[in-house]
Amino acid sequence: MIGPHPLRARTAIVGIGETEYVRGADATPVQLMLRAARSALDDAGLRASDLDGIIPPPGYTSAEEIAANLGVEDLHFAVTVHLGGASPTASLKSAAMAIHSGLASHVLVVVGWNGYSAFRPRPGIKPPRYGLDPASVGNVTMDYYLPYGTRSAAQFYSFILMRYKQLYGIRDEDAGEIAVAARAHAQHNDKALMRGKSLSLDEYLAAPWVAEPLRKFDCCVETDCAAAVILTSAERARDLRHTPVLYLGGAEGHPYPADDITNRPDPFQVGLSFAAPRAYAMAGVGPGEMDFLQVYDCFTYTVLLQLEALGLCGRGEAGDFVRDGRTRLGGALPMNTHGGLLSQGHMWGMNHVVEATRQLRHEAGAAQVEGAELGLVTGWGDFGDGSIAILGRGA
Amino acid sequence: MQRLIPDPDGRNADFYRHLATGRLHVQHCDDCGRALHPPRFGCPRCGSEALRFRPSEGRGRVFSWTITHRPVDPGWADQIPYATVVVEMEEGIRLVGAWRGRNDELALDLPVVVEVEPESDRFAFLWFRPAPESA
Repeated sequence: MIGPHPLRARTAIVGIGETEYVRGADATPVQLMLRAARSALDDAGLRASDLDGIIPPPGYTSAEEIAANLGVEDLHFAVTVHLGGASPTASLKSAAMAIHSGLASHVLVVVGWNGYSAFRPRPGIKPPRYGLDPASVGNVTMDYYLPYGTRSAAQFYSFILMRYKQLYGIRDEDAGEIAVAARAHAQHNDKALMRGKSLSLDEYLAAPWVAEPLRKFDCCVETDCAAAVILTSAERARDLRHTPVLYLGGAEGHPYPADDITNRPDPFQVGLSFAAPRAYAMAGVGPGEMDFLQVYDCFTYTVLLQLEALGLCGRGEAGDFVRDGRTRLGGALPMNTHGGLLSQGHMWGMNHVVEATRQLRHEAGAAQVEGAELGLVTGWGDFGDGSIAILGRGA
Repeated sequence: MQRLIPDPDGRNADFYRHLATGRLHVQHCDDCGRALHPPRFGCPRCGSEALRFRPSEGRGRVFSWTITHRPVDPGWADQIPYATVVVEMEEGIRLVGAWRGRNDELALDLPVVVEVEPESDRFAFLWFRPAPESA
């Protein structure tokens, strides 16, 4: 490519919003999403009527329903990204494309769910009518995995994570470091589900297995919550309330074949392995230049795989990479400074986008990475689809 | 509690119709010879739609596994802790199946053989066990 990528630094995140992170929400996913969306509008200093683009999650609601409830009367742009947990971060790219091409001026990206309550029906409370749309991996899952008592994400991912652990001799303590660091970081986040609940490495190691090689604290915490961001052009962002957080580059990637986690020639070549180099080229920066990382942490071991896919270390070396506190606050490369999915709550990674924005605004409080100018966010979902966004502090 | 039996359509229904005869069959491309799993509607290597299920010798090696300790599936809860294995077959494709062996003998590349357990004429379970010592 000659010259910088046309989407580099042309759009910005200008509003962020989150609900509380709880178990047993008093509201449906749609209501939670509307709360997060209004909170993001307030944060940006925008009105619902300013919105002309909406990207909802792949399930639970629709752009139509969100628009009707918020009062968005002239919707120009509505798409849905089907990448499971990689959807929110990939959706930033869709928003940037729409804004830069002039198809929309202010785009809302919103996600929310009853990630705890939907699995634990309560008497007198009707469960949400619509769930997650599973179509992208449903045929393989239903016909080849479910018959064998494997029906949770922990089990599906363990098909590759056990081989990873065995082949490269990943130590339990290295996966444990991801869990313990996330819990430590969550203590600074007043919206973290696990704030006030400490976790030591001994407690991690003593916890029961869920599906080997995953123990209880290798798995993220089921949560009822919603989060939203608003993007607009970099030019418009300069007139708004906060320091703009520029979208410097981003990409999505799919492992091959994407619909079956067990039949990939190289099971550790995940979506992010393909996406990360494209995002670095688009943003014009490399992994070594980041001030922080917000890595999608549905499971500890999938974080290790992603650190390798990001090019921060070689194959099988992520365990060494996270040793000695390198990815803790105060370390060389702080990661998941909000507590992540493991300890803030499972918000599909939109909480990672929100936290990256706070860091780059220099509004992260006790978790602030001093002088943060550049950071990246990853997403992971649907058997290893990946997404990445590289964000920078604007002027 | 009853185990979950899928109700596949298309190429997955064809896979299980063959498996329900009691013998594993693997989809192959007639034109380039490649073995395919999960079965596909067209060969992803050469584009051919001439795909056929061929009987398999049912031998492979353990590629990976997980051991489930929580009752996520009522149909398997009485088996906890149970192993589910991913086996790389001699054809080069990998299959998911249940483990008929000791959990502590699972290891990468362990030679295994398949055992097919038909449920109906439309579905059969795949089990794997350690291959008998070669004489």
